Amino acid sequence: MTTTLSSKQAVSTKKGSGAPKEKLASRTAAMIIMGVSTLYFLVPIWWLFISSTKSREQFSSTAALWFADFNLFTNIADLIAYNDGVYLKWMLNSILYAGTGALLGTLFAAMCGYALAKYRFPGRELIFNVVLGGVLVPATALALPLFLIFSQFNATNTFWSVFLPSIVSPFGVYLARIFAASSVPDELLEAARLDGASEIRTFFSVSRRLMTPALVTIFLFQFVAIWNNFFLPLIMLRDQTLFPVTLGLYTWNSQVNQIPEIRTFVIIGAFLSIIPLIIAFLSLQRFWRGGLGAGSVK
Amino acid sequence: MQLKNSTRIAALGIVAAISLTGCAAGSGSDSTDGAVDCAPADGKVELSYTSWIPGIESVVDVWNEKNPDIQVTVQTGPNGNGGTYKNFFNQLSAGNAPDLGQIEYDALPNFRVQDGLTNLASCDIVADSQDQFIDWTWNQVTFGEDDAVYAIPQDTGPMAMYYRADLFEAAGIPVPTTWDEYAAAAAQIREQGGYITNFPQNDVNWFAGLVWQKDGSWFTNDGNAWDVTLTSPESEEVADYWQELIAGDLVSKVPAWTDEWNNAYNTGNDWTWISAVWGANSISSGAPDTAGKWAVAPMPQWTAGEEKAGNWGGSSTAVLTGSEHPYEAAQFALWLNTDDEALTMLNKEANLYPATKDGLSLPVLSEGVEFYANQPIYDTFADAANQTNADFTWGPTMTQTYADVADGFGEVLGGKGTLGDALATGQTKTIAALEAAAIPVNK
Repeated sequence: MTTTLSSKQAVSTKKGSGAPKEKLASRTAAMIIMGVSTLYFLVPIWWLFISSTKSREQFSSTAALWFADFNLFTNIADLIAYNDGVYLKWMLNSILYAGTGALLGTLFAAMCGYALAKYRFPGRELIFNVVLGGVLVPATALALPLFLIFSQFNATNTFWSVFLPSIVSPFGVYLARIFAASSVPDELLEAARLDGASEIRTFFSVSRRLMTPALVTIFLFQFVAIWNNFFLPLIMLRDQTLFPVTLGLYTWNSQVNQIPEIRTFVIIGAFLSIIPLIIAFLSLQRFWRGGLGAGSVK
Repeated sequence: MQLKNSTRIAALGIVAAISLTGCAAGSGSDSTDGAVDCAPADGKVELSYTSWIPGIESVVDVWNEKNPDIQVTVQTGPNGNGGTYKNFFNQLSAGNAPDLGQIEYDALPNFRVQDGLTNLASCDIVADSQDQFIDWTWNQVTFGEDDAVYAIPQDTGPMAMYYRADLFEAAGIPVPTTWDEYAAAAAQIREQGGYITNFPQNDVNWFAGLVWQKDGSWFTNDGNAWDVTLTSPESEEVADYWQELIAGDLVSKVPAWTDEWNNAYNTGNDWTWISAVWGANSISSGAPDTAGKWAVAPMPQWTAGEEKAGNWGGSSTAVLTGSEHPYEAAQFALWLNTDDEALTMLNKEANLYPATKDGLSLPVLSEGVEFYANQPIYDTFADAANQTNADFTWGPTMTQTYADVADGFGEVLGGKGTLGDALATGQTKTIAALEAAAIPVNK
């Protein structure tokens, strides 16, 4: 698995290095394809932004992709005031679930992957294969069994019912193992041990630093996965002060027929809810790029 | 080596914990087919209530303040078909369902056949309250069974005709009072370039409301088995009527609840909407440019001089299986759905239209509405609520029935087949779905 993956990546890097010699025509074609797909992905966000700036009256009666009167800030103020500011609570919940969940999830995945890569013990491959199997099981399929398990502990409708399942990341373990195997030299660990560092200390002060690019990747993946996880909170939570923003907006959206005023809030709420994701990506992407590069050149 | 041992121990511990609690909590669920023992509890009672009514918290706060011994906690979520019904069923199988839940009339039979509802017939307060509710709503919660009350009616959606009074007057077209006149008006309006109304693909329960007005019903239950009657003569006549309007291009075919649909009304392209009482808000928010130009009249009748109305929507408050305090739960549900203060708040917060006879004359419901040129529109709906046939029954698999009929409607709007075909397909598929769920059905 490891070898095939890295050799494929190696091939693709070789191809990439031939880029300057390519002809103008194929470059233009590539640019057009990129441009079209960029547009394709950005138009919905543009629509969301434009719609967020419109008042309710203008929403359906003005051009969908261009500004009418600019009401963004009034809309935001209304959204925050609605229902005792429950929207802010949802945003905070999402940041809490996704932020701490991804942080802890990354830590566990890193420790687990590192252990699988650097320690030899019986059953190691078995454990790794079970984890790999976990990558294949969609989180949605686990939501209902999790609900039944949490029901037995009377722990549904609590912070923990969403948080605990969120810190599990089989894909993170897989990535951490691959990365630790390739980027943490055994000689370095040997040296640390000779210097008298404990295993825990070696992990945190030597290996963790070498694994940073992979950890950022795992963190981002996990952050986005938890942020967008909708089905688990839908099944687990009943108390709206515990809702993450995805579930909250969905709940509002399902009431639009009854209370049409809410539609503005759903739109502006959806717009605001993508901002933390954008921030997370922009601020962490340089680590991420470094990580992908480091993984491919062994 | 150290690592290995500690990991193994930890793993064993977790497995043991899960399997132990698994055994401990594996209690059997008690069936509640007969009426439940309805005795008041000693001391303080805490109830949970799941509802997706916006602003329900403030109404429950009023109750909690007045009833320190019966404290109700509100739980919320998306609307019923958006996930809350699924959650109820999950919770019922996990044994931790809330004491009370909001359930729409068309979903009640589904909960009934799956033993999800507590029969409150032995609660005196419930039995005594029958006269307070509009007759047909009571039938919806008893399913016509003796000694059975499975929920407390909450709100209704009596139907009437919203129409553009200004356009009708300017064009010199009389406001239709019968379906024949409605079809004639449709042709005249088409000549003017507009449409009399829109035929929605997905609002199958709207179509059911029209069948309801004609004294038809899509299901009956004789106590032993279900009859599926989507293709009853009444139902087919309604289908034929709308089929002609669609075939003659006399109605627009925009998907409902979209911007396109809002626009059709906002620009005056569509002139009428046969809709429920809660539709008043949909128009005022979807078509803000038409303020002051709308009026409300009773639904067109099949026979001139008749006074019959259909119903679209409405829900109930049910006590779910497993509640330990059915008496207190019933007490709360009755207060929520009959008390003037509660009904007024529910109307203001969420446009709920009361299911009680007295509720129809609440002060908030007798005022003129500005958007409708200050017409006291709720008077028309109050009449409609009393003119709704009590014998309409929903089936136990409405989500499936709606989806299958909507698929058929979609084909009709795309120019293939007829509404009658769509109902026939819905009929066959519904019978198949009931059989698949092992629900007795007469073929």
